[in-house]
This record gives sequence, structure tokens and C-alpha cells, in this order.
Amino acid sequence: MRASEDNIQSHVDWIDLLVALDKETLFGDIQKEYPTHNGHKNEVSPGGGIIYDAALKLKPEDIGRPDVNLYPIPYLDVLISALKETGHEHELSKYQVMTNTVAFGASTAMIDYDFNIVAEAIKEGFTGRKAALGELNVKAARHGYDYVKNTFHDGFAYKLHPVPMKEKRMLIRGVQAVGIAKFRAGCAFQTYYPITPATDESEYLENHQKNYNMVVVQTEDEISAVLMATGAAHAGVRSATSTSGPGFSLMAEGLGWAGHTEAPGPVIILYQRAGPSTGLPTRTEQGDLQFVLHAGHGEFPRMAIAPGDVMECFYDTFDAFNYAERFQMPVVVITDKFLASSYKSVELPDASNLKIDRGQILTENDLGKGPYKRYEFTPLGISPRTLPGTRGGIFHTTGDEHDELGGITENSENRVKMMQKRMRKLQLAAELIPAEKKVNFYGPEKADVTLVGWGSTKGAILDGMRDLEADAIRCNFLQVRYMSPFPSDLVTKFLSNTNRKVLVEGNYSGQLGSLIREHTGIVMDYKVLKYNGRAFSQNEVYEGVKQAIKNGVKEVVMAHA
Amino acid sequence: MLELKDYRTKVHNDWCPGCGDFGILNAVQMALFELKLEPHDVAIFSGIGCSGKTPHFVNTYGFHTLHGRVLPIATGAKLANNALTVIAVGGDGDGYGIGVGHFVHAGRRNLDFTYVVHDNQVYGLTKGQSSPTLPKGQRTKSMSGPAIVEGINPIGTAISSGYTFVARSYSLDVRHLKETLKAAVLHRGSALVDVLQTCPTYNDINTKEWYAGADLPTKSPRLYKLEETGYDGTVKDPNDSAEVNQKKAQAIVRSLEWGDRIPIGVFYRTQEPTFEDMIANRMPAYKEVPLTKQDLFNRDVTTLFEDLT
Repeated sequence: MRASEDNIQSHVDWIDLLVALDKETLFGDIQKEYPTHNGHKNEVSPGGGIIYDAALKLKPEDIGRPDVNLYPIPYLDVLISALKETGHEHELSKYQVMTNTVAFGASTAMIDYDFNIVAEAIKEGFTGRKAALGELNVKAARHGYDYVKNTFHDGFAYKLHPVPMKEKRMLIRGVQAVGIAKFRAGCAFQTYYPITPATDESEYLENHQKNYNMVVVQTEDEISAVLMATGAAHAGVRSATSTSGPGFSLMAEGLGWAGHTEAPGPVIILYQRAGPSTGLPTRTEQGDLQFVLHAGHGEFPRMAIAPGDVMECFYDTFDAFNYAERFQMPVVVITDKFLASSYKSVELPDASNLKIDRGQILTENDLGKGPYKRYEFTPLGISPRTLPGTRGGIFHTTGDEHDELGGITENSENRVKMMQKRMRKLQLAAELIPAEKKVNFYGPEKADVTLVGWGSTKGAILDGMRDLEADAIRCNFLQVRYMSPFPSDLVTKFLSNTNRKVLVEGNYSGQLGSLIREHTGIVMDYKVLKYNGRAFSQNEVYEGVKQAIKNGVKEVVMAHA
Repeated sequence: MLELKDYRTKVHNDWCPGCGDFGILNAVQMALFELKLEPHDVAIFSGIGCSGKTPHFVNTYGFHTLHGRVLPIATGAKLANNALTVIAVGGDGDGYGIGVGHFVHAGRRNLDFTYVVHDNQVYGLTKGQSSPTLPKGQRTKSMSGPAIVEGINPIGTAISSGYTFVARSYSLDVRHLKETLKAAVLHRGSALVDVLQTCPTYNDINTKEWYAGADLPTKSPRLYKLEETGYDGTVKDPNDSAEVNQKKAQAIVRSLEWGDRIPIGVFYRTQEPTFEDMIANRMPAYKEVPLTKQDLFNRDVTTLFEDLT
């Protein structure tokens, strides 16, 4: 957890106050055949502190960090004193897990935090039948708190004070932002097959579906998930599905059918995780960008939007439904495990002004005597649609190449016209979507270094830029948000008069870099990459960029866990 | 006044002469006509294969989908607009081969729709490979040898999966097929109509003559109608588990009958809450107004944000 009075958007790799609940937290699991870490004690910053269990009977030299403050606390003894006060001392075995709460209370004392806030926060976690247990936890935290206040008087350097709030704030994760956007956008139908980390979003929708009349279906697989949502879109509702890499792989053929039949959806939310195959299923990565752009055989229009932070997840998901219906094509919102699961404190948005745009829908009164042409050739490529059930609006659709009526044809002239009609819509989308949605540009117009990235690395890049500035490296940042249609003009404009371009991406090959080169011919000077399943930290952006430009390393691979 | 021709399109039909598909197409059009369903209130979905072209020949909303994937798409459309009459058609390879996972799960849901399977034991469009319903040991003319795996039992699989209306008919007995289809469409819940069908081009075993019993000493037709033998597949009391089990068991036993005597008709029929009913239990508004007709575009999400403060 990281807190600051400033607007911070990422984590750092050091720890100012480590709360070690057990020995492994300090020393790692290096005795194991495949150790996962060698102890968090090595990550504590000089001048920082470590709270640990006095029962471990460690001498300072065992920990080997003379530069940090050590705070041994007898967790169990403190817990017993708390239990005694409430008459629960005979139930120690039942409540032993509350040593965690003792340590938590102790840590809040270390940073001089207001205990009333701590107590409130604990009680929020224990409602209803568990309220009494909440009170007990507050007591345990209080004893931990008091133990620190009575025992350590050297004054820990880091303090945390409440900041007066101008606006109301909330603590929100990516899956919630996407879910709320779906409700706001009028999405009526969501399908999913359980998969980490996407399922959290569908569960959120299920928990609220009753109040918003949204049908949520758990399907037999992701093939069914994408196609059921496509069937619902064709039938006339806004529909969506959510998945992660393996599920999206199964959706490839269905995505093509949706694109080819010009379905007004679905919106697919892809929560990338580290692949390939099962990969690191609970870890993050930006490895699916090129796959999203190419999934499915043949060529068909699709949109792909990559939000960079939790509120962009909200707005981009909302827009996705408008564009899916307006341009009659599937839209993929590409985010990842990191944004899906990370909590962020942000101001409440005003969602009341968002405009719904369903595109051109013909009703019975709009339809003439002649046969309705579902795939009518129009100058802009969009054929006004009818919703099944409309008198006079009967149409046929097919995954075969078809004529204006939706009848199968292998006529060569028709084929060319239909291909151009479908792909024209993507060009139209490129013309109509406002520039400010397609890319974000941060920092001064002229800089020593231009950082280029997309998606969830945005937070670490923005924070890392401040460190680079502090180190007298003037930098700016181009965040690409629309991947299809690709904003070639804007990217060219922002990247043509730069000094050194550094690509920062969470994958092995620098997929955005390839995409930029494909569309603009512009080549990145340096790449800072990371693909160990962990998100970029603020300091990694700083360290990576600095190593690239100061030491001239063309490709820097970051690997902090 | 609706006429039978109102259910037909002018689209050129390129099925082989004598194909059993024609009987199924005619029966579908006649069933819709006799049920007086307005063409625009009906949506027909198909998979890929010869049968996949069916929607193009019927003047209703028509969706020609992917190989094996007709059921998810039809399900999504039905759930979005439960006022539509939804009919899915497909082949035996389409539904019992590549799409068998969806076939099973569609039965579990008991969505109110009808699934018509063209069952001719071969993959016609790819020139006659064995389909999942070809019995072990049989060899049709384009196969290099007899089938070495067992055929699937569509009727038994459907009953085990939860279909609440399970029937078989024959494409060359258009009257029986039409009546079976009408009963299936009127049934509330998932209905399977497995249609035995000839493929004059690739199935040289299960031919029109074979079904007519021309090779049998008695020369009597192989097909017989269940209802004419006193067989009753309808569950009277769906809450009586003993009766349900007995009716399922007799249907599965009867479905294993193949060879000189082949039953057609309704094997099993019961009434259970549909998928739509179950959704409406969670969301009462769903029962009253189809999702497509609900105003979902002015939702206030303020409380969802407030929950997170």
C-alpha cells in the first residue's frame, strides 16, 4: 500500500514501513527448491522501519539492517492482554489469527495515524452478525497501538495525517469502473466464463443486476460467451463479455463472425494476464495487444481501446458501447490484471452528462415497401439496421460473403465492394472519434526524452517522469489509447520532432513500438520492457529510462518482483 | 391474411436434387404458417453445412452463423428479445459433433426455443465424411473404411441434458414432421427435433428405400410412430420424480432401438420452469417486457459510486 498527499498513480519497489507477520516475510523462502523471494527486509529503505514478532527472538545482526529501525512487538502477549480485557482469554486458539490486527494497530501508531479512523475502518469490515468480532479486532488493534506508543520513543520518520478533502473520493478498482460503465451505458446483457482475473467484473454485475435489469449468463465456455453476446447485440440490446487471454483465444472465430455480419457489438473487455497458455494466471502483462488486433481469420473491422487508468476504464467502456452500435462492429477494451485489481482513490465522476448514441435504427415507419437491405451500400459504409421483431424489417445475415440483402454470393465485384464497405467504417470511426480520446500527451512540447506507452503503465510513467525531471532529464509522454483505428496522424505529430523516444511496455517484444512503426514508420530509439508478471513501479521507469539514455542501452529489461 | 408463400423467399436453392433438406424446409414453412406466426416475430438461426442455408429460404429474420455455434447465438438473441419465436437448425455434425458442448448446455438451461437437427449420418457439404450419428461399422460411399467409433445417441443425450421436449421425425414424412415441429414450437422450454434425413449424394446406406424397408423380407417400413403403439412420453406430474425417471428411462431405452425398427415421434415431454422464468425470478421486469423494449439508457449509477466512498 502506498499513500501520499500528492496524486500518485503507481507503486515503488522500496518499503518505508514493513510489517512482518512471520519469519518468511523477513527472510524469504530461499530454503525452498524454487524460492520466490529472499526476504522483504532487503527492500526496506534506509531510515525505514520493520515491525516484527518479538517471539522470533531475533538479534539485530540476524536481520542485518543497521540502517533501519527495528520494532519487535510480542504479538501474542499483546493479543492476550486485549482478550483479557474483554474476557476472551480462554479462547486464544480461536482468536490467534488476530495477531495480524495487533501488528496492523501497531503500524498505525508508528505513523501517528488517528486511531478513530483505524477503528472505523476495522468495523466496516465486520458488519451484521460479525459486529462483535469487529469490536474485538478494534480492541486488539488498540493494544498494538498502545504498545508502540508506550514502548518506542525514538520517533519514526514517516507520519500519515488525514488530508482535508475538497471533493468526495472513492476507492475503486478497474473491474468496478468497467462494471459501472456497463450499467451507465445501458448494457442489458453480459456473458462470461469463469477466468482470473476477469470474473470479478461479472460477479460485480451479478450483484447489482437486479436493480438495473441486466441479464448475466455464465456460459459453458468463452466461445459461447462471445457468441451469445453477439446474438444479443444483433437482436437489439447492448451486450458485453469479459475475459482474459485463454478465453479471448477461444473467442477469435466469434469475433470474426461479429465483424463480418456487422453486429452492433459485443463489447469485449480483455483483462490481460501473463501468457502464453496458462502462463502466470494471477499476474499482469501487456502481451495481447497485437493478438487483439489480429485475432480471427481474414480481415474485418474491429475497434480496440486501451484505457490507462481506472477512470479511463470507466469512460472508455462507456464509449465502447456507443461506437459498437454506431459503427456496427465489435469493440475490444484492452486492460489488464493490474488495473483490474488495483484499488485507487479518485474523485467521484459526474456520469449524468454522458450521451448514449445507438446509431441508425430503422423502425416500422421508416421502412418502405421494397425489401429492406440490411447491408445496403452507403457512402460511409454504415447500413441502417432494424431490430428483429420489426414489421417490414426482416433481414438475413450470414458469415458467408453476402450481398446487400444478406444473401450468400461469391460474386467477385460484390466481394470487393462489401470488403470496402465494412472497412470504410473503421476509417469513418477514425474521422469521427475526437483526438483527445485517442491519445493523451503529458509534459512540455519539447523535451530531452519522449516516453511512449499504453495501458496500465501510464501511472508508473507519470510518476517516474517526476523523478526524471528531478534528475534534470526533461521529458514528456505520449499515451496511445486507441489501437484500432490507430491514430497515425496524432502519433506522427507528437513523435516527429522528438529527441530520444523511449518505449515503456509490459511485454517481451515491444508490441506498441511495432504498431507505431507499422503505421507511421517511426522507430523507437530505446525500449524499457518488463515481462516477469509484475507491473512497472515508479522507480523502474526512472531507472530503466535512465539506463537507456545515459548508458545507451537499446533494450532494458526490468525485473523487480 | 398470411399465406404459405409469405414464409418463402426468392433465394435460389442449391441443395442437391432429392435432398432431405427440402422436406425439412417445407415442414418449417408450413408449421409457421399453420401456427399463424407473423414472419417478423420469428427468427431462424443455423450453423454451417447444407442445413445452414435454411434461413435464407425462409422469410423470417435469419441468422446463418458458425459451424457448431448456432445455439449460443440463438440463445443470446432469445434472451435479448424473449418475444421472438426462435428456431435453430443445423446438421448432425454441426450440432452433435463440433457443437455438442453447446447442445448439452442448451438443454440444461431449458430456454424456450426449438432445435431442429438434420440427421443424415454424413457431412454432406465436405463430401460425405462420417458424422457423429453414423453407427460403428457402417461405411458410406466416400469413406475409406467403416466407422471405427460408436455413433452418438441424440435422443438419449438430449434427455440426459435436460431438454423438456425430445422428438424424432423423418424428412420425407412432411406431415408428421410439420406436426412435430408445431408441437415443439408450442412447447415452453428447450425442444429437440432430430430429423432423420436422406442424403442421396453421400449416404448410400440410409436411403429412402432403406427407410421404406425395401431390403427387409417383410418389405415393411422401418419407421414406426411411437404414438401409434400406445407409447406415452409425456410426464403428467413434473414434481413426481418416480414418474419423471420412469418416462426418461423408457425414452432412453426406446432411443436405442435402431435397425429393422426405428421409432419416430415424441420420446419425452415435460414442463419445467424455463431459463426465462428463472431469470424473471431474479428480475421480475424481465418477464413483463423484453430487454430490447426496456429503457435502460437512463440508469443512475450514482449509488454505485457512493458505495465505494
